[in-house]
Amino acid sequence: MNTNNKLDLVIAGVGGQGTILASDIIGNSSVLENLPVRAAETHGMAQRGGSVINHVRIGTDLGSMIPEQGADVLLALEPVEAIRYINYLSENGIVVLNTKPVYPVTVTSSDQYPDVSEIINTLKKKYEVYPLDASELAIKAGHPQSMNVVMVGAVSSYLPIGKNRLEECIKDLVPPKTVDINLKAFELGKENISRLIETSAKKP
Amino acid sequence: MSMREYMLGNVAIARGIIEGGGQVITGYPGTPSSEIVDTLSSIDDRDFYVEWSVNEKVAMEVAAGASMSGVNSVVTMKHVGLNVAADPLMTLAYMGVKGGMIVIVADDPACHSSQNEQDTRRYSQFSLIPGLDPSTPQEAKDMIPYAFEFSSKHGIPIIFRSTTRISHGKSDIELQSVNKEKPQPDFEKSVERWVMIPKHARIRHPRLLEIQKDIKQELQDSEWNNLKINEESSFGVIASGISYVYAREALDRLGVNASVLKIGTYPLPDDLILELFDNVDTLLVVEELEPFVEEHVRALAEDKGVNVRILGKTGKNGEYVPREGELNIDKCEKAISKAFGLTYAEPSLILESELKLPSRPPAMCPGCSHRASYYAMKKAFGSDAIYPNDIGCYTLGVQGGTVDTTLCMGASISVASGIYQAGEKRPVCCAIGDSTFLHTGINSLLNSVYNKADITVTILDNRVTAMTGHQPNPGMGKTATYEDTLEVSFDQLCRGLGAEFVEVVDPYDYDSAVDVFKRAKEFEGTSVVISQQQCVIDARRAGIKRNPYTIDEEKCTGCKQCVYFGCPAIEFDASLKKARINSMCTGCGVCAQLCKFDAIMEVEK
Repeated sequence: MNTNNKLDLVIAGVGGQGTILASDIIGNSSVLENLPVRAAETHGMAQRGGSVINHVRIGTDLGSMIPEQGADVLLALEPVEAIRYINYLSENGIVVLNTKPVYPVTVTSSDQYPDVSEIINTLKKKYEVYPLDASELAIKAGHPQSMNVVMVGAVSSYLPIGKNRLEECIKDLVPPKTVDINLKAFELGKENISRLIETSAKKP
Repeated sequence: MSMREYMLGNVAIARGIIEGGGQVITGYPGTPSSEIVDTLSSIDDRDFYVEWSVNEKVAMEVAAGASMSGVNSVVTMKHVGLNVAADPLMTLAYMGVKGGMIVIVADDPACHSSQNEQDTRRYSQFSLIPGLDPSTPQEAKDMIPYAFEFSSKHGIPIIFRSTTRISHGKSDIELQSVNKEKPQPDFEKSVERWVMIPKHARIRHPRLLEIQKDIKQELQDSEWNNLKINEESSFGVIASGISYVYAREALDRLGVNASVLKIGTYPLPDDLILELFDNVDTLLVVEELEPFVEEHVRALAEDKGVNVRILGKTGKNGEYVPREGELNIDKCEKAISKAFGLTYAEPSLILESELKLPSRPPAMCPGCSHRASYYAMKKAFGSDAIYPNDIGCYTLGVQGGTVDTTLCMGASISVASGIYQAGEKRPVCCAIGDSTFLHTGINSLLNSVYNKADITVTILDNRVTAMTGHQPNPGMGKTATYEDTLEVSFDQLCRGLGAEFVEVVDPYDYDSAVDVFKRAKEFEGTSVVISQQQCVIDARRAGIKRNPYTIDEEKCTGCKQCVYFGCPAIEFDASLKKARINSMCTGCGVCAQLCKFDAIMEVEK
């Protein structure tokens, strides 16, 4: 847990992946931690399978929009979307990334989808990057839709919020029948990232 | 103990309506305003009346009627909705109100989900109706009880202007107690007051002008405006609404000392502006969209002979703050640096990436009935036909060649008529959604039939107001609170308006749909095709389950006929040269009807 009490987080993804629930879990648990919090979301027209970005600002009482190069962490639920919004991330920022792509509708897009490994290598040139297959972990947890909660687990150690607060909010916000799956998803995301952080720390 | 909750801006506004004692709340859905009524209508234990009205004009009039009876009323809409409701608004200013009445209008700077980015503050000035402009979701909530009280005290409605970042921003919100004391309805007859014949209007207009002074004074002294003089600085910033928090943070980040005037009300607080004039040499006005505050500040400086350098969007010194799009901290930092002579470096790209990113525009859902309707429509009418369109999810079909115009709600039918009346010889087939047709399409259809336009009108009836978040409408037989009510028959309604060719078809039945569109095209006069199939999202929520489809690789020839349909559930494997159906399939079955090789079939469970 980060004890700085202030964090600017950008969550990027695709409409339908559950970016709003991810930011809601973090927002609600910030209130439980007694921290002011602001968030900005994409609704309406932009939501139908389009590219979406949410801003979450913990510890601020001003606006909800993070300035360019102002975010401490970029949580990307989809690889291409990490690159799309990368300029929000500050110079020493951290990228937590789901490696599973969501391909755009084929006929409307003549562009090719880049190699995921190429995306990760590009990001690694400038940033600390933690890639994980959150979609696979979600299936392991019990449901592919819990991918967003895997990602909340993955980013949790960077948040100024206690683990139990986050878990409390997950219980409150997910459909009652899926509480166990989502708690498992959270745990899997958290474990996986800890392992990645440890390994990268050991490297010279 | 104080209560704090994490809330969406619109939910906070709804909470403000409850705290302030709102009694009649109306609205028409429109992003970013919809969740206010959505929130109130989903409360089971409520002591207020809430409705989705059929359009903003109607909603405004229902709220006005409630207010004439002495109760607290609210009407909600998006910015362009106020154009529809402008007729009652302008005269309501003369007539005034009895119970407090708040006109909540959500602007959409940057057109996140709108056809323009007009600035509602112009309506406040135009109508002489006072306006509130919150800077945060918390302030938005807190302003509502104030607005009820202010409105009933001065006997005039009040405009509450939100923007996308207030309405769709989230924040921890400090809750206040709920006002349980509510006025009882009691309509007092008074023809001088409520009947705006010329004789009475001529009396009410001067009265409207007279009360402006009191309104201005009271708003000026309210907590929504705030002046902080910084004696060490000759710089000043005036920032209104949400721009205030952007400017505040930009000043902090740049480490610039300046006197700051926060604006939250219209008419503007002249005394505070004059006091700021006395303390600064250079003044930057920061506001989203129109130079509304700026024009007033310039006029006031001119009038008082004040010699302060005023910067903003207009004037001989050029543009410091953009007039289009939404503001943010970066734009404010740039404007402040330029205005006060600091060096400013644009944030450079940290990561220079050669990667070409695929675009990801919003699209119609897998299995969306609109896609099927468009496909059949185009088959019958051809690519040469002209396709005026309207406002809803179906506008997302713009890539597919059946959306040639989109002007405003209801305009598809009237624009189609105009194209025909201009003498255009190509066939004209327009499309409009169920809710949009009931909003302002009925008049246009009547006009088209009456004036003998030879066009085809398609009503894309997906049984819900989908784009704005699945609100009920009169076509569904449900009210805002999901009580059963009359279910309007589109078929009978169109016949009643005089249309002689009216046919209902299921767009999932491809051959029948093409056949109906062909016959509609041949019909001389205004023909109506009602293409009826429930929205896939709503169908799933209602528990309707259809088996998904799959493609037999043996039979697939890679002709791409199904891929051209444009459904996100259909992919093409370039290496195998075969089409494939992914897990997003909702089982509409249209692609199977399009396949000439019988390669697509239902997955039997």
